[in-house]
Amino acid sequence: MATLEIDRVRKAYGSMEVLKEVSIAIGSGDFLVLLGPSGCGKSTLLNMIAGLEDITAGAIRIDGQTVNDLSPKDRDIAMVFQSYALYPTMTVRQNIEFGMKIRGVPAAEREKATREAAEMLQMGHLLDRKPSQLSGGQRQRVAMGRALVRHPKLFLFDEPLSNLDAKLRVDMRTEIKRLHQRLKTTIVYVTHDQIEAMTLATRVAVMKDGIVQHLDEPQVVYDRPANVYVARFVGSPAMNIIPGRLKDGPAGAELLMDQPDGGVSRIAGVQISDAARRKYAGRPVLVGIRPEGFSVAAPGQSAVKAAIEVVEPTGPDTLAMFTLGGTEVIARLAPKAVEAGQIADLAVTTAKVVLFDPETEIRID
Amino acid sequence: MVTEHGSAARARRIGRLVIYGSLIALAAFYLMPLWVMITTSLKSLDEIYGGSFIGLPRSVTFEAWSKAWSQACIGTSCTGLKPYFVNSLMMVIPAVLLSTGIGALNGYVLTKWRFKGSNLVFGLILFGCFLPFQAVLLPMAQVLGKLRLSGTIPGLVLVHTVYGICFTTLFFRNYFVTIPDELTRAAQIDGAGFFRIFFSIMVPAALPIMVVSCIWQFTQIWNDFLFGVSFTAGDSSPITVALNNIVNVTMGRKQYNVDMAAAMIAALPTLVVYVVAGRYFVRGLTAGAVKG
Repeated sequence: MATLEIDRVRKAYGSMEVLKEVSIAIGSGDFLVLLGPSGCGKSTLLNMIAGLEDITAGAIRIDGQTVNDLSPKDRDIAMVFQSYALYPTMTVRQNIEFGMKIRGVPAAEREKATREAAEMLQMGHLLDRKPSQLSGGQRQRVAMGRALVRHPKLFLFDEPLSNLDAKLRVDMRTEIKRLHQRLKTTIVYVTHDQIEAMTLATRVAVMKDGIVQHLDEPQVVYDRPANVYVARFVGSPAMNIIPGRLKDGPAGAELLMDQPDGGVSRIAGVQISDAARRKYAGRPVLVGIRPEGFSVAAPGQSAVKAAIEVVEPTGPDTLAMFTLGGTEVIARLAPKAVEAGQIADLAVTTAKVVLFDPETEIRID
Repeated sequence: MVTEHGSAARARRIGRLVIYGSLIALAAFYLMPLWVMITTSLKSLDEIYGGSFIGLPRSVTFEAWSKAWSQACIGTSCTGLKPYFVNSLMMVIPAVLLSTGIGALNGYVLTKWRFKGSNLVFGLILFGCFLPFQAVLLPMAQVLGKLRLSGTIPGLVLVHTVYGICFTTLFFRNYFVTIPDELTRAAQIDGAGFFRIFFSIMVPAALPIMVVSCIWQFTQIWNDFLFGVSFTAGDSSPITVALNNIVNVTMGRKQYNVDMAAAMIAALPTLVVYVVAGRYFVRGLTAGAVKG
C-alpha cells in the first residue's frame, strides 16, 4: 500500500510531446484508472511509473519517495501486461517464482508465496503447465499471480483484459475488483474501455493528447464531466451534446433548443451559478443531457417535443433517436415507451443537465 | 458410369506412375556421383584400372578408407587425413560456438535494447553477408599477421567467427523480433538484468534458431577451402585443404579409390549434422512464420 504522486510530469520523444504536464495524486489503496483512446499517452505514463520509460521532466513519487532515477526493480511495483508476458519456456510455477528467485528469496518462502497466490486465484492445478498449454483466462490469472506474490506497494495493469473475449472480460473484471477489495493495494490501471473505468476505479483520469482532461471519482466524471470530450468518452451511449441558447428570465435560467419543425423546446430550472447565468445570458451554450436524462413526460409536465425517428430496444430499456438543436439525440426510455414515427413529449431531469461553453467546450458551473 | 469411373481411376494411376517414374529417374541421376564414389572407394586399385568405373566391386575392400584415414601422403608426410580431421574439428567447434553466441547476443541487443542508430548498425552487419570471401583475404591476412596468428588454427577460428557473425546476427535478430518486448519488460520489473534476461528468457526461447545457426555455421566452416588454403600451411591445414592435396598431388598411378574415400570422410561430419539435427533446421527456419 502506498500513495502515488505524479507531479507535473512531461514526456517528449525529440520534439514530439507525448505527455504535457500531467499531475495526478492518489491515496493509499486507491484504484486509479487511466482512461483514453489509443495514443493519448496513458500507456506511456504507466511505463514511466514502472520505470520502463524515462521521465523528461517532473517527478513521480511512490509513498513520498521520488523514483525518477530508480530502476524498475527498485520501485517495489508489479505489472500485468496486455499480452500477459509469461516466460514461454518456464512452467507456471517458475514464472511466478522467477522474480523471487532473482531477489534471493529462500525456497521455502517462495513455495509458500506461490501456494498462497495460486490459492487466491484458483490455479493450483496449473502450476506445472507451460503457458502455451493455458487458455487466455488462465494466462491472465498466472500473470496476476506473478504480480501478486511480490506484495508490491503498487500494482500496474496495462489493458489486462483487452485480449479476452467479452464474457471472460466481465468475469475477470469482477475478479480484479474482488482482489482489490481484499488486498487494498494501490492500483494504476490503463484501459480504453470506459465501462472498465466506471466499474473498477475509485479515481478516473480521462486523458487525451497527453493531457488529463478530468480526474475525479467515476460517478463525478460521469455526472459532471469537465468538458465535452469527457462527456462524450464516458458513458454508452454517449452524452447528448445539443446546441442551444441560455435565456435569463425572472423565473430563473431557461434553455432554448430548436426543434426540427421550427418550434423551440424550453427547459426551465437549470442549475447554474449566478455569475455564469449573467455571463451566458442570451448566448449560445452546449446542453449536455445523458440518454437516461430523458423520460416520457407526465401530463402537464414541461417537456421537449421529440419526433421519434428510430427505436432500438435493448431489453432492459429502449433507445429512441430524434433530432433536437439540429443534432441527433438519443434517449434511454422504458421498454415500449415510444414508437418510431410518434411525436413524444419527453421530460428532462434538469438536475442532471450539464452546460458547456461552445467555444472552449469546458463545463459551465 | 462405371466405366467412366474406371477410366478416371486408370488415368490417375498413370499420372502417378509418370510422376514417380520421373522422380525416381531424377533422384538416380542426382545420386550417380555418390554411387560412383562409394563403389570406387570399395574397390582395389587394380580393379579400378582393369575394369569398369561404374560397376559393383568384385570384392569389397576397406583398404582405401583406412589408407585415406591414416596413410595417404599429403605433400611429403604420409599421415593420412586423421590429423587434418582433428584440425578441422578444433577449428569448427570454437568457431561455431563463438559465432553463434555472439550472434545471439547481437540479435538480443538489436531487438530488445535498441539504441540510437541500432538499425543502421544492423544494416551494416547485414552488409557483411554480401561480402565475397575474396574481398577480405588481403586485409584479413594483414590482421592475422599483426595478431601473430598467421598460419594457426586459432587464426582460422577468428576468421570464421568474424565472417559468421553477420549471418548469425541476422538469424537471431529476425528470431528475437518475434518475441514480444513485453517479456523483457516483465523480466525487468521482476528484477532481472541484461544478462539474466538473456540467459534465462531469451536463450531458452531461441533453441530452434540456435540449431539453425549451428548447422549453418558448421557446414560453412567445415566446407570452407579458401580461408583454409590462404591462412594455413602444412600441419595446421583443415581437412578440405588436405583433401585437395591428396587428390591433386600424387606420385605414380592416381589412387582413385583413396581419393574417393578421402572425399567421403571429409563430407561425413556435415552429413551427420544434417541427419541428426535436420528436422530442427526446417522447424527453426519456419519458426515465427506461423505463430502458435
